[in-house]
Amino acid sequence: MNIVVCIKQVPNTNEIKINPETGTLIRDGVPSIMNPDDKGGLEMALRLKDQYGAHVTVITMGPPQADIMLREALAMGADRAILLTDRKFAGADTLATSYALAGALKTLDYDLIIAGRQAIDGDTAQVAPEMAEHLGLPQVSYTVDLKYNNGLCTVKKETEEGYQILEVPTPCVLTVLATANKPRYMSVKGIMEAFDKEVEILTADQIDVDPARLGLKGSPTRVKKSFTKPQKSPGQVYEVDAEEAVGIIISKLKEKFII
Amino acid sequence: MDFGISKREELFLQMIREFAENEVKPLAAEVDEQERFPMETVEKMAKIGIMGIPVPVEYGGQGGTNQMYSMAVEELSRVCATTGVIVSAHTSLCINPILEYGTEEQKMKYVPKLAAGEWIGAFGLTEPNAGTDAAMQQTTAVLDGDEWVLNGTKIFITNAGYAHVYVVMAMTNKELGTKGISAFIVEKGTPGFSIGKKEKKMGIRGSATCELIFENCRIPKENLLGEQGKGFKIAMNTLNGGRIGIAAQALGIAQGALDETVKYVKERKQFGKPIGAFQNTQFQLANLDAKIQAARLLVREASYNKDMHKPYAVEAARCKLFAAETAMEVTTKAVQFHGGYGYTREYPVERMMRDAKITEIYEGTSEVQRMVIAGNLFK
Repeated sequence: MNIVVCIKQVPNTNEIKINPETGTLIRDGVPSIMNPDDKGGLEMALRLKDQYGAHVTVITMGPPQADIMLREALAMGADRAILLTDRKFAGADTLATSYALAGALKTLDYDLIIAGRQAIDGDTAQVAPEMAEHLGLPQVSYTVDLKYNNGLCTVKKETEEGYQILEVPTPCVLTVLATANKPRYMSVKGIMEAFDKEVEILTADQIDVDPARLGLKGSPTRVKKSFTKPQKSPGQVYEVDAEEAVGIIISKLKEKFII
Repeated sequence: MDFGISKREELFLQMIREFAENEVKPLAAEVDEQERFPMETVEKMAKIGIMGIPVPVEYGGQGGTNQMYSMAVEELSRVCATTGVIVSAHTSLCINPILEYGTEEQKMKYVPKLAAGEWIGAFGLTEPNAGTDAAMQQTTAVLDGDEWVLNGTKIFITNAGYAHVYVVMAMTNKELGTKGISAFIVEKGTPGFSIGKKEKKMGIRGSATCELIFENCRIPKENLLGEQGKGFKIAMNTLNGGRIGIAAQALGIAQGALDETVKYVKERKQFGKPIGAFQNTQFQLANLDAKIQAARLLVREASYNKDMHKPYAVEAARCKLFAAETAMEVTTKAVQFHGGYGYTREYPVERMMRDAKITEIYEGTSEVQRMVIAGNLFK
């Protein structure tokens, strides 16, 4: 079985600060990490590899600095790493990104494509579902568990109410939550070997795409304005039983003339 | 020497920090309080290769560098000095001499299981009457047919009881003095070999420190490590390497104590502002930070020399001396900055101060390191 996992390098938002004057993120000196949902996706793929002997390829679209994250994926146990990088991809929104990734995926062999649900820097959760549409593949989002049997994936999907168990034939696209598993650590040997392997570079010319649909040109999204949310005052916490809580909530709502 | 670190080491640091933070730190207070050997941590470390970092792949190791090994001991000790010394004694004092002086058969028999962390290693040199004056060995080994017969007692042996393989020094010819000492490999469970009393220590309390007792302990002739009569040299060279590990441990303890203190002085308010806002606090912490980084560069230099197969005995003595004394200073001041809270077990700096003291003592006291350094100055 061939599995391709889409991963993204993101700034560690736990350590990010906002410039109070400009309202923009201060990215200087903020360490980059593998996006947590993507890492969950990679771990899910590696567990399938442990169980069934799959071949795992990781792919990312990003600047050359993403090389270190691809090495991390190799050190965790991925077999092959591809960096999709080109100035032509710069400024891509989710549509242009998913289009470029789909173009790269068309050049690869896959039975299963796994991606994280969303990246912690943009939180759109759009790229993988759009990619599935570009490729004309069935998709299941919010995956927390996966069993594979003879071309059929049995997927546990998290919903707001609980879980759904779905069956989906391969090839398909799954998006995975970070909470699905506890990703393994890189092994020391894995780290040593990761730098002996090649990270393959793919540019826009090497994939199956229409150049007009790439990068800023291919991105209909326009950011009109960005601003920092004003800080709210800390809320009040009442540790009381349900009955008392109802009374407190009603009196507070009345106080604010909401009811 | 390159002061920067390679991409490979960068990734390694990322891994070991995550591991230390998530798997080791949560147990640190408990293993100290209960004086409990953290076997579950050893198993986790074994799984990802931390028990055999600088060991060649052909002997079942990870094929990493001594630099990476030092980084691992530093990062583990930053959160738990007990875990740091388990790895250091195992790697530097047991695997290393077998790799360096062992026959091909000995290496193939012992190193793969040690490097995989299936077996833990230990080293026995110190005796009740042979501490810094290590040449005063009273443990004896006498050849009887195809077997060596060992008699005597070793003390203060790290990893004792949990270790499967012990590199042990014994006198094979008393008349020859240091040239009459030989090294042996002794396995756990050998008849006549038992573990004696466990020490109750000030610090690194999760680490097992016990006596080794040999009473007519018979080991095969082929368990002589290196040439007969070369044991003292083997022990001294082994300790040169071990000192880098202990320096890395001391460095980690110092960094951990500084991290805790920086966090604390930002939160603790007195006289209407965080104590970190006082320049006295800032200047003292700046001094400690500079010393820690100096210690780190000394550790890096010694590790680099070992990796490059250059002499490193003096570099190892320097980094151990400086890192150990830095650890003691930083942890003592860390407790002071924490005030009364720092004296309680609510905060980790109290443990770190107790843990730091041993780094000035074992694998050569600070006085021994000064002897090595001065010896080089006056040679």
